[in-house]
Formats: sequence, C-alpha cells, structure tokens
Amino acid sequence: MTSLLAVLIDGSIYASWLFLVAAGLTVIYGVMRILNMAHGSFYAIGAYSAASLVGWYFNNGIGPAWISYLLLVGAALLAGLIVGVIIERGLLRLMYGRDEILMVIITYALLLILEDTMKIVWGVNPYFAYQPYSELGRTSLGLLKVSNYDLSLVGVSAVIGLVLWGLLERTNTGKVLRAVIHDREIAVAMGVNVRLMFTITFVIGTILGALAGALTAPAISVVPGIGIEVIVLAFAVVVIGGLGSIGGAAVGALLVGLSRAAAVHYAPEFELFVIYGVMSLVLAFRPEGLFGRTLARKI
Amino acid sequence: MTVILETKSLNKEFGAVIAAKDLDVRIAKGEIVGVIGSNGAGKTTFINMVTGYLKPTRGEILFNGKSILGHSPRAITRAGMARSFQVAQLFPEMTVLDNLIVALAAAESPRPSFLSPLRSDKRVARAEDILREFGVENYRDSMVTAVPQGARKLVDIAMALIGNPQMLLLDEPTSGVSMDEKTGLMDTVMNAVRQHGVTVLFVEHDMDVVERYVSRVLAFYSGEIIADGQPSAVLADERVRDLVTGHRPTHKKGNGAS
Amino acid sequence: MRFDKTEISLAAVAIACVLFGFVSPGWLIFLLTIAFAKALVVQGVVMQMRSGLVSFGQGLFYCIGGYTVGMGGQFFGIHDAIAALSLGMLVAIAVAMVLGLLLTRYRDIFFAMLSLAFSMILFGILVKSPGLGSTDGFNVHNWTIFGWAPDGGESSQHTVFTLTVLAGLMIAVLIHRYTKAGIGVICEAVRENEVRVEYLGLSPRWLLYGNYVSAAAVSALGGGLTALATGHVDPEMAYWTTSGEFIFIALLGGLGHVAAPFIAAVVFSVVRTYAIELVPHTWQMILGFTLLGVIVFLPKGLWSLVSRKKAGERA
Repeated sequence: MTSLLAVLIDGSIYASWLFLVAAGLTVIYGVMRILNMAHGSFYAIGAYSAASLVGWYFNNGIGPAWISYLLLVGAALLAGLIVGVIIERGLLRLMYGRDEILMVIITYALLLILEDTMKIVWGVNPYFAYQPYSELGRTSLGLLKVSNYDLSLVGVSAVIGLVLWGLLERTNTGKVLRAVIHDREIAVAMGVNVRLMFTITFVIGTILGALAGALTAPAISVVPGIGIEVIVLAFAVVVIGGLGSIGGAAVGALLVGLSRAAAVHYAPEFELFVIYGVMSLVLAFRPEGLFGRTLARKI
Repeated sequence: MTVILETKSLNKEFGAVIAAKDLDVRIAKGEIVGVIGSNGAGKTTFINMVTGYLKPTRGEILFNGKSILGHSPRAITRAGMARSFQVAQLFPEMTVLDNLIVALAAAESPRPSFLSPLRSDKRVARAEDILREFGVENYRDSMVTAVPQGARKLVDIAMALIGNPQMLLLDEPTSGVSMDEKTGLMDTVMNAVRQHGVTVLFVEHDMDVVERYVSRVLAFYSGEIIADGQPSAVLADERVRDLVTGHRPTHKKGNGAS
Repeated sequence: MRFDKTEISLAAVAIACVLFGFVSPGWLIFLLTIAFAKALVVQGVVMQMRSGLVSFGQGLFYCIGGYTVGMGGQFFGIHDAIAALSLGMLVAIAVAMVLGLLLTRYRDIFFAMLSLAFSMILFGILVKSPGLGSTDGFNVHNWTIFGWAPDGGESSQHTVFTLTVLAGLMIAVLIHRYTKAGIGVICEAVRENEVRVEYLGLSPRWLLYGNYVSAAAVSALGGGLTALATGHVDPEMAYWTTSGEFIFIALLGGLGHVAAPFIAAVVFSVVRTYAIELVPHTWQMILGFTLLGVIVFLPKGLWSLVSRKKAGERA
C-alpha cells in the first residue's frame, strides 16, 4: 500500500516536473512548427541563472529566505527573455520557411553553441542553491516523507498548465496564434502580425524552459550537460501527447511520470527503458500522439 | 458491353461536407468519358476514391467485376487503373528521362533491384521512344523544375501509361496549360491512349475540349451526378446549364471554362 | 564483374591508405581508423537522408555493432574479427527488420524522434546492465584474424586500420552501386514525391524498409570496427548525442558522392583532435557554428566544393 502511494506521489511530482520541462517545447512547436532541440539548453540556462543568483543571495546573507523564491522566478524570466529574443531575432528569423526536419538540425546546432556558451559563462564546476528546497521542510504522509518544495511544484505546474491552456484556447490572442498555426498566408492576409507573434511565442517558450530549470535548480546540483539529458525526456513527453497540444503534454507527462515512478519502485533496472518504451508503444498505435492531428496531402 | 469500372452508392463525407453522394457509375471497356462540374463538385474526390487515395464513407467500387474498396493506390495501379494529377506529380530533382526510367522500372517489377543499375541501355531507349511519342524529347535532360507546365502534364500522363493500364483517369489534364496549347496536348494524349486501347475518364473544364474527344459526359454538382449521357444531350440539359456550364451558347467559346 | 571509374578511384585510394599505414605514425593511424569506421556509420545516415529520412538514432546500430563484437569475444568465444563483425551486422539486420516495420510508417520529425527513442531504449538497457559494465562498458581484446593473433599495441592497431580500409572500400563500392540501382534511385524518388511512387505501383514503405535495414547493417559494421580499434565499448555509443555527431558528419560531407562521408569524417576527427587540445570549452560551439554555416552556405556539403571545381574545369 505504502509503495503504491509512493508511486503515486513520486509519479505526480515527476510528472509535474516533466510537464514544466515540456510545456515550452510544445508551445513553440504548436505555433511555429519548430521542434526545438535547444529547449534543454534553455532549461539549463534557467537553472544556472537561478542557482548563481540564489547562491549569491544566501552566501551574502542579504535578506529573508522567501525573497529567494522571487529570485528564482525572476532569474528565469530575465534569462528566458534575453536568450529568447536574441535567438529568435538573431538566428531563427533568418531560417523560417525551411523544412521541419532542417529546423530540428538548426536547433541542434544552436544546442551545441549554447552548451559551450554556458561553460564559458558559468564554468564547469557545479552550482548549488539548495536553500529554497530545504527551507520548506517535509510533510509526513503515513510512512513517507515528502519534500514540500516538490509538492508545491505540482501546484505550480498545474497553474502554469491551466494558464497556458487558457491563453491558447480561450483568449483572442490564442485564437490568433492558432490561426497562424493553420495557415500562415491567411493569417497575414487577416492582418495578423505573424513576425511579432512568432517572437512572442518563442520568448514564452524560452521563458517556460528557463523557468523549469530555475525551479529545478534548488533540487539538483547544476552541472554542464543537464540540458542534454532533459531534452530527450521532453521529446518523449510531447511526442506521446501529440506535438503542439498542451493537454497532450500534460497527459504525456502523467503517463511517463507514473510509469517511471512505478519502474523505480518495482523494477529499477527498467527506469530509463520505460520512458522510451511508453513513447514507442504510444506511437506504434497512434503515430500522431494521443492528442495530435494529421493532415493528408492534397493532390 | 463489358463493364470495367462500377461504383455503387459511393459516398464521401468530410465532417458535415458531402463530397460524394450515392454515386452510381458504370463505365464500359473502351469508353472515353468526360467529367464536368464546377470546383468543389466532387470530381477529384471521385478519382481519389476510385484510385484508393481516399476511403469512401460508404459504397462499393468494382474494377473488372472485383471489389477494390480499401485497396491501396499501388495495388489499384498494379491491377490496371492508372491516373494523372491536376498538378503534375513528378520527381522534381530528376531529369525528365530519369522520371520515365523510374516509371519503367516500376512497371517491370514491384521490387526494385539492390545492385544492378536502374539506368540500363534498354530502359533509356524505351524512355526515349516515349519522349518522342509525347513530343517532349527536347526536355530529355532537363530537370523537371525547368520544364513548362504543358510538358510536365504530358510526362505525368506518360508515366501513368507506362504500366499499360486498362483504364486511365485524367484529372484536369489541361489545367494550367494555355488555351492554344490545350488541343495539341489533348491530341497527343488521345493518340497515345488509342494506341494502348485504354478506357479513359477525364475531368475537364473546357467544354470544347470535352466535346471534341468524348462519347459520354458525366456532370457533377455538389457531390452528385446530375446528368449522364451523350455530350450534346448533357450540355443541353437545363440543370447542367443552370448549375455547371452557365448559360453557355452551344458551339461557341463561352464562360464554361472557369 | 566490371568496375567503373569511381570504383577504380576508390580502390586506388584504399590501396594508397593501406600503404600509407606502413609509414605513418601510430596516432595518425588511430585517428584515421576511427574516422573511417565512423564514416561507415555515417554512410548509414546518408543512405536514409537520400530517402528523405533523418535518423537521430543511428547510434543504435553503431552500438549494436560494437557490443556484439565485444560480447562475442567476452561471452561466446567468437574471437575472429571477421566473424564478430559479420555477427554484429546480422544482429543489426535482425533488430532493424523488427523496428523497421514500425519506423517506416513515419516521416520527417516523427521518424527522427522515434529512431532517437529506440536508440535511447538501448542506452537505458545498457546503463542498467551490470554484467556489461553498466555506464562504464567493457573492454574488447584478444581478437584474432584468420587464426592469427596480433600482439596488441602497434600490430593490432595496424591490423584494424587495414581491416577498416578494406571494409570501407567494400562498402563504398556496394553503396556506389546501390545508389544507382533500383532501390537507391527510387528511395530518392520517395523523398521527392512519395505519392507518385505509390501511383507507379510501388510500395514506399517496402523501399524505405529495405533501405533502413541495409543502412543498419552498414552502420553496425562501423560500430564493430570502432570497438576493435578503441578496444572498448560503452553505452554512450547509443546516446543520442552520438547520433547527432553522425548527422553532423553526414551534412558536412553532403549526399553528393560515396566518398563524401569519409572525407567529412577525417576532417571532423582532425579538427576535433586539435580543438579539444587548444580550446576545450569551445569545441561544441565550433561544431554548432560550422553546422549552421554548412546549412546556409554549403547545403550540399563539402562535396559540393569538389563537384563545383570539377564542373568549373570542364567548362
């Protein structure tokens, strides 16, 4: 019983983390049709920015602990905004209109560049910002002790998910974005500023990636390569859910999160296997993902 | 008369849109049938269903008396029904000659070889014959992208004919081709078709072109066939004149070609 | 059997390489061996790119080839290098025949992602297999060739080099023919217009399947040779960044000629050797900018420099 509860709790926590990591990826794909390999790097940049800022804040004993949570979020917003604008205006804008698969390779090049940029800016030694994590303490649920920080992550993730869903599906701007999705030419004809929408979307995606990293930073040691590890997880999540779908990403995150938690508790040797196993299984039966749509070619 | 193609209450719905409604068509071996109808009348949908690109919502399709419902386009092609396309479907990064050579190899075997060269002398010679037959030998070594529309359409149809089909469906063979090229193009195609003894169904907007070649016309309107018969009868039909051709004075260039 | 000009040139270059092996310093031999072995894996990537598919998981077959050679010697007493390499290709073919059934239903980014996922599955299995050294992998040694055991060090290195060059020559000639044969040309036709291929009465899936399985075998050979050359295998071979490296080399060389992946792999290895020495933290950045540069300025890869020069001479 306890282990089932543990699977559910660990699974939900892991799922909410996965959703945070995958949300930006799916937003960018949904609007811009770019499968962004560099998304993991945005995550890493967010983690580094947050860890170095929060680390500095505590090492110098500047103020109360609650401010550090604002710093986490603030670091992610700022880093995501700067990086997002530079990359969209400086690189991607020159590349629009190319094959989807070529865009994947272009963002792969971007990933390589960003990985080394981070080494130059932050060096190769680990950064720690554990205080926001330990500060919140733990809650006992029966025999289990669960970190409150992790639990609040579930709430944060749910809020971000609802906001995104609301923005994309319920507001005028969201509807405009979806018009861009379906037919760029018509969107331009309707007077939609596609360029601006692309910049906004990309920056939102970048900030989401950075935020995921910033919120994770207190729970890990921030080292080179963390972005490379998360990007494939994020891929698995969005591909399972259906590329471009927020709801799909949530379901994908839950599926992967729970399966991995189950594997960790019952069959640890399958921990990694299970993630890609679920992905392959879903794709075998629904090539477009659980919530994706396919369009036939007109002849 | 031997029926080569027969559809029985063929229906196709895209959501709420009805693109084909209870289509019952019987085409006899050797017939040359024209299909007319405004844009969105369901002509291409009909061809797409018959050749396996679209799955009908309901109905039955018989080719030579056997059901081909649910068969893949390649199975239907292999069974002897070929088609051309509104926009010529070629291999853009190959020369015209190579396009035909691929089609020749495909006609010879469904399983291409792994190590023996595709471009054999025999295939090159055969492809050159076809280029001459269709009057496009000047484009032998041109990349498809550098070839004018009319010639592309001819290559597209030539590729369809290479497999020696019993039946050929031509989807607007003259669309995108200038007025004065149309007759020349159709004469070339119809000559080739007659030599192969193929049954033809072709979609065409230009009524003069239709009347010139066909023995029978099907008029489509909003997913239904509203008239079927000899060209003069169909074109004189009240509903056809109201809904398809417009009030077009017979035997003069009118606004029929939209 | 008749050989055309390209095949004769390839053979001449191969012989020159083997002879060069007798006079060249050991480090260079090692560098070239690894480069040529990797080039074979890249050939597999290129074969698929011709058909319009970008595999972000070719490391799967690279890894299968390497681990089969290693495990063959370690657990099954298969010490002969040729036998082990062939076994690696057979295992890769078997795996590809199963995965290909699913993968050939996908195109574009979906193919890329799913091939990546399969490769990561193998990675996930290997890092959790203590019997195979988990994340550390294990060493590959004590192999023989036609009953003769090279005495380690220089002699082994030299043998693997010769073996790699000859294997490279054989595969290059086969691929050269394959690209001009029915399947090779029609796979390109699938990339250009799949609908038309279908309406010629051919099965694009069957073509892509044949191509996928062939590419897997070629890549596995590259993996096996790498294992012999480095004397070591580890799960990193199946990690997705390894596959990314193969895509990089494939694009660097271009699809224009069977020799392009070999040239690109050598350029890649040389630049990497120096870059890691001189500017250890900017190596990936160099790769990234080069990749962008290739995509923008040399969309047909390094080989287009050669073919452009040739065209210039003719004119």
